[in-house]
Amino acid sequence: MDKMNTSEVEAIIQPDEASAPFFDGAANGRYMLLRCKACGEWHAPQAVMCMECASPDLEWQEASGKGKLHSFVIVHRAQIPGIEAPYNLSVVETDEGPRVVSRIVGIDNNQIEVGMALNVTFGKLTNGMSLPYFTPG
Amino acid sequence: MAKGSMGAIAGLGITRMSREWMGPAPVLAADAIRRAIEDAGLEKKDIDGLLINAGLSSGKFGANSLTVSTQNLLGLRDMGLTAEMVAQGSTTGQMVQYAMMAIEKGMCNAVVCVYADAPMQPGTSAGGSYGMGRVAGAANVTTMDMLDLQYGMTGANAMYGLAARRHMALYGTTQESFAEIAISNRQWATMNPHAIYRDPLSFDEYFASRWIAEPFRLYDCTMVNNGAVAVVVTSAERAKDLKQPPVHVLGMGQGHPGNPKKKGYENEVNSGAQQSGKTAFRMAGITKDDVDICELYDCYTYTTLVTLEDYGFCAKGEGGEFVKGGTLAPGGALPTNTGGGQLSAYYMWGMTPLSEAVIQARGQGGERQVKKNDIVLVSSQGGLLDHHATLIVSPHETVH
Repeated sequence: MDKMNTSEVEAIIQPDEASAPFFDGAANGRYMLLRCKACGEWHAPQAVMCMECASPDLEWQEASGKGKLHSFVIVHRAQIPGIEAPYNLSVVETDEGPRVVSRIVGIDNNQIEVGMALNVTFGKLTNGMSLPYFTPG
Repeated sequence: MAKGSMGAIAGLGITRMSREWMGPAPVLAADAIRRAIEDAGLEKKDIDGLLINAGLSSGKFGANSLTVSTQNLLGLRDMGLTAEMVAQGSTTGQMVQYAMMAIEKGMCNAVVCVYADAPMQPGTSAGGSYGMGRVAGAANVTTMDMLDLQYGMTGANAMYGLAARRHMALYGTTQESFAEIAISNRQWATMNPHAIYRDPLSFDEYFASRWIAEPFRLYDCTMVNNGAVAVVVTSAERAKDLKQPPVHVLGMGQGHPGNPKKKGYENEVNSGAQQSGKTAFRMAGITKDDVDICELYDCYTYTTLVTLEDYGFCAKGEGGEFVKGGTLAPGGALPTNTGGGQLSAYYMWGMTPLSEAVIQARGQGGERQVKKNDIVLVSSQGGLLDHHATLIVSPHETVH
């Protein structure tokens, strides 16, 4: 079973000015995605411009935090400090549309199923930073 | 549009393939190029084009960096075409395509296309050499470039595993089908003197092998190795006067679907082979029923399965059933990856399928030669099924 004690996971990511709202949101229990100010399309946190209307004007907005499991793997080789193998690595389709890489917590790996409904939850890394995860909802 | 040869592959050079260090990538490239020129019955002075695909040796500094400077290492002069090309795993097919177009337009006459890489260095593992962990701490990486890695998205094994799982969830595909592909590849490899893994593989051994990223076991994933492969591309006319039987290119295509990674798209189960294959079949004036042999980019067992579906050999979702019962194996209805592919022979990106296609089209496959070799379908594929190039090759200048 994936114990998913996220507080043992080391931060390899360093927030910068552009990404700060994502991590500040997580610290306050809010799941943030990017949204196009021109056409309203939602985007994953990595977006640099609107992939629909090509506007560069994206802003962070709170999303519902609801979604469903698009796919997952159980990775058997630990490479990130604090993530013990085997661990689940998942792609979540958010209700807003974007698909994001995350992990499923609060469930045994062998109970994970493609299509299952998910809700966002938040966990802290060793340095106190918050990161969104998903749990069956 | 007139159907017939658009150019030919006249020379093939394959170095020794090894998971041990045999020297830096430029030295391996030079060896493969020398062999390819000799194989064609040409001399170095006849070569006036060079296209390079450097694998992980691209963009590096130091002795293991493979760049356009390789021209000087070989002493090639007055070239009409020289470039390093980077389109992930689809590069090989693209190199041959651009070489033929440049020859047809009169820029050059004989182009060497080479893939060389030496990712296996003392102290590195295959996963380590290709894993995304190597980006951690790299300069010029933005915060959000690291987000997926923070969750443990460490490389291609997980990415392709996610795609395979999606196929399983949508269509009921099982690991038995993946096993069929791995075992069939190995059956072919036992007859290939170039292959690194030549011991037969059983279903029991497949299912006893360790998990890499479920649903993938060890035998679902390509090896990584050092080596180089080069081909000489020239016009159909020129190739007829050379040492080897010409391998004509009758059709070609590319497909780059683009992955928006959002609701409504199923890129994990639909590859660039759909678009690329349609273009290539139309150009060659053939259908999938005319194909005798498939040489497919098989970085994972699943890649073979989804590529067969996308070329239309079976309906979408039916790849799992299609491959069962030895369809792809020696003696099967659709001989596929007849040298063992990347899974069992050697991992030279798109040069793995192309090199075996040249051998089969020439009729030089020895013990593993497929009798009917009139049409060979060759794929190059990169990214997460994002970039695809197709070549349809034949010993014949025309097929109708």
